[in-house]
Amino acid sequence: MSSFWNLWIWVLTIPVLVLCVVLLVWNLKNYVGVPEDETTDHEVDGLKELNNPLPKWWTYMFFATLIWSVFYLAAYPGLGNYKGFLNWTSSNQGIKSLEESRQAVELARAEGRHVQLDVENARADEVFGPVFQAFAKRDVLDLAYDTEALKIGQRLFLQNCALCHGSDARGQRGYPNLTDNDWLYGGTPEKIKETLLYGRKAAMPGWEAALGDQGIREMTAYVLQLSGRAVNEKDAEAGKAKFGMCAACHGVDGRGSVAHNLPFGAPNLTNNIWLYGGSAKDIEETLRHGRFGVMPAFKETLGEDKVHILTAYVYRLANPEDLR
Amino acid sequence: MSKNHHEKVEKSVGLLGIFTIVAISFGTLVQITPLMFLDETTQPVDGLKPYTALQMEGRDIFIREGCTNCHSQMIRPFRAEVERYGHYSVAGESVWEHPFLWGSKRTGPDLARVGGRYSDDWHHAHLMDPRSVVPQSNMPAYPWLDRNILDGKYTARKLEIFRGFGVPYTDEDIAGAADAVKGKTEMEALIAYLQSLGTALK
Repeated sequence: MSSFWNLWIWVLTIPVLVLCVVLLVWNLKNYVGVPEDETTDHEVDGLKELNNPLPKWWTYMFFATLIWSVFYLAAYPGLGNYKGFLNWTSSNQGIKSLEESRQAVELARAEGRHVQLDVENARADEVFGPVFQAFAKRDVLDLAYDTEALKIGQRLFLQNCALCHGSDARGQRGYPNLTDNDWLYGGTPEKIKETLLYGRKAAMPGWEAALGDQGIREMTAYVLQLSGRAVNEKDAEAGKAKFGMCAACHGVDGRGSVAHNLPFGAPNLTNNIWLYGGSAKDIEETLRHGRFGVMPAFKETLGEDKVHILTAYVYRLANPEDLR
Repeated sequence: MSKNHHEKVEKSVGLLGIFTIVAISFGTLVQITPLMFLDETTQPVDGLKPYTALQMEGRDIFIREGCTNCHSQMIRPFRAEVERYGHYSVAGESVWEHPFLWGSKRTGPDLARVGGRYSDDWHHAHLMDPRSVVPQSNMPAYPWLDRNILDGKYTARKLEIFRGFGVPYTDEDIAGAADAVKGKTEMEALIAYLQSLGTALK
């Protein structure tokens, strides 16, 4: 704060406090010429005005708040640039980026200033940090069958994941079921962790323009046939002939990216598990307009240690049996 | 009796009014006026960008639908809030907000950093029918947003007004504003706005 505004605040605040004291003391005296508690001879409709003094409790409270204000302004930052003898602030205000925020935390610690939020965070890190770090050092496969880790994992899941994947993790239209061991980006601990840390962006293009109505119908038939449904053979045959454009992501056999070790997140089309519905109408819509599922990144929100535990929880959902 | 100056104030409404205004203005002068000139409260955070035309329309829909009645946009510097919502809000994020939508009521969660937290599809499903994605939610559904089409009639004017407040819109931004939103649904605008929230501090 510039010295002008600093001065501005001092010059306005201190005299006002003094003025309050003067005003209060001034009004404690009786100037009316009528003894206290007696009538002033003003009477309206039988109501008499008495010369009542300021209530005692009110007066003492006024003095108490004035004394408190002196202590408060001395202890806490209130008067312009004066920091207060407690060196206390609630948070690091005035930061312009997350990097500056991190630096401000370091700086406050180095200077021994009491930043309330930083102190709260440090205390929590002290208590909970070692718990998470101990889990983070252990293998995901190990944590996936550890009761304590799963308890933490479940809470993290309910807080952060259940909104899309459901509290039972069985997903819903557009959001994958996490309990069925069918994976879009891979179900190994490494892949699950990657998904959680950095998120995923799926891009199934729309083929309406390329295929036309006839082509969409044929491709729909073929996709249904891939998962073992009875369809018009002629349509399916024609769809199969054009499947080359799909094979780049779904694989020639339609078994999806994971089966072919590709990074695209294209689903397996042969197992009758459908992210956006498996009816002819749903599949047609997918083919026409494409699908663009997004999994948000949790690296910043949760931090790596918590993601590690969450990875174990998600792994366990799909692998209830400990097969090690 | 002659020493009773207080009587003059008691018997003159005008004088009483003037003194009242003087008394309460000290608080304003000390607490509010300096904020209009401090770097902390007038300088944007490094990553702050003016709302795009679509986001601006979304913001107005956010206001129109009364979202602020249940959703605040202000993460206070408490550990419980920072753990749940992310970094606490700072003044530099709100310098181009006119008016700011910090709110004070949280029937639903705080939205100050909801941008990027969910996918566009999720927001669409959630606004059409909140129960479809959050079974225990008591938020109303807003299906009409998906049917109402923006005409962009006032979009350029809105950006101009914000430029008047000091938001750095260029002439191209304003000239292209109507076209940028034309034909888009209110749903798209609102989602674009929501996805921008809190993403400036990075």
